[in-house]
Amino acid sequence: MKTKKHWYDYLWILSLTYLILGFFNILFAWLGLLCFFIPLIISLVNGSKAYCNKYCGRGQLFSIIGGNLGLSRKKSVPKWMKSKYFRYGFLIFFFAMFFVMLWNTYLVFAQAKDLSTAVTLLWTFKLPWQWAYHGTLFSPWVAQFAFGFYSVMLTSTVLGLVTMILFKPRSWCVYCPMGTMTQLICKAKNVTKSQK
Amino acid sequence: MIRKKAKVGTDECVACGCCVKVCPRNAISIFKGIYAEVDKNLCVGCGKCAKECPASVIILEEAV
Ligand code: SF4
Ligand code: SF4
Ligand code: SF4
Repeated sequence: MKTKKHWYDYLWILSLTYLILGFFNILFAWLGLLCFFIPLIISLVNGSKAYCNKYCGRGQLFSIIGGNLGLSRKKSVPKWMKSKYFRYGFLIFFFAMFFVMLWNTYLVFAQAKDLSTAVTLLWTFKLPWQWAYHGTLFSPWVAQFAFGFYSVMLTSTVLGLVTMILFKPRSWCVYCPMGTMTQLICKAKNVTKSQK
Repeated sequence: MIRKKAKVGTDECVACGCCVKVCPRNAISIFKGIYAEVDKNLCVGCGKCAKECPASVIILEEAV
């Protein structure tokens, strides 16, 4: 039996397009902020994980590549990976790295540093990416943020693909910082509600 | 006849909703964005959710 398809079951196309656009013009990376703010707003306002449960295109992409196309061993993730220590630890690490990225953007804004036209993969490897930079209509920090943000998105995609192949298709969802954070927000909202 | 039903390990559930998407009976919902909940009256014990769950926290249990 096949469950009915909804319009939002096709949002993976947007996620894929986003990743591809980053190879052509890095400034498109700014659009990725939507994947940050939409889940946060839904969880804060609605107290639900509707973003994960319905709309997240990245999760859909992993279930298509890993599930439908079969590029996954379909094994359970190791126990430590779903432990709260790892999930919360990864969330903290991810945000620490995010702030480093914002700081670098600030340095370029303050003209203390020159724009670096590289994408940093896995917070370590600097990939030259100047082909996707055609100058910026705005100031250089706008481009620096785009490179930084795209690095975050590409890194999480690579990690997600690796765990997709090793474990179940959507293993990334076990330790995805957005997923962990929205679940925490929902938990917190619920505690405050039940105390009233 | 022994009938099995899905049971969620709510403590380790990440509330991703993968199970909801595959359940042919619409027996699962995500309780307030915190964990998945199975409606035992609807569940037919097919095990699709358990297979899909990325955190592998669903088990099939004999319903009493
Ligand atoms: S856990 Fe992350 S990747 Fe998975 S559905 Fe939620 S936001 Fe998307
Ligand atoms: S698939 Fe697993 S982890 Fe995700 S909501 Fe269902 S029971 Fe929870
Ligand atoms: S065992 Fe089958 S019917 Fe029961 S909740 Fe899981 S997917 Fe739905």
